[in-house]
Amino acid sequence: MKLCRVLGPVVATAKHKSYAGRKLLAVQPLDEHGASIGTSFLAVDDVQAGPGDVVLVMQEGNGVRQLLQMGSQVPIRSLIVGIVDRVTVSA
Amino acid sequence: MNLGRVIGTVVATQKCEGLQGKKFLVVQPLDHALRSAGEPIVAVDTVRAGPGELIYFVNSREAALALDPFFVPVDAAIVGIVDDIAADAVPPTAGVFIGEPIGGGGAR
Repeated sequence: MKLCRVLGPVVATAKHKSYAGRKLLAVQPLDEHGASIGTSFLAVDDVQAGPGDVVLVMQEGNGVRQLLQMGSQVPIRSLIVGIVDRVTVSA
Repeated sequence: MNLGRVIGTVVATQKCEGLQGKKFLVVQPLDHALRSAGEPIVAVDTVRAGPGELIYFVNSREAALALDPFFVPVDAAIVGIVDDIAADAVPPTAGVFIGEPIGGGGAR
């Protein structure tokens, strides 16, 4: 899973039916110190995260299908599964 | 999933079983600020996207799951047409990472 910071919502009217009623957020991957790494991507929110929140993002389709319980045909790969309170890295 | 811009179309007459009738588009992946992020890819379209449109797509096995029937050889699928992105002015995050505040926010 990846540590990410929520950037903001992405709004789409025309979308695959699996995305209907789900919040899609742009997220920026972070390193263990909170600095941005790599390129931002999109993730479906399952934990009521908002802009500025540090979140845990799972990028694995099987896990997503287990959590969302929408059957076996869900084209969603990235899911926000937790809001991070604290990250401590021992030097 | 990633943002992208449709920059072209692909026509292939001879193709694998399961791909008949599918529309293939050339997509430039983008980040949240609409800057190019990596090389263009070809994605199958599920939402009637057109050239020039801002879209989002899903990669890997989940791309095939966007189609019905889903046992098809694709690894990128356009699954939404973007109306709006509100990804600027993100409030600073403070107190999560021990030691170093990020985003200009003060540590606790």
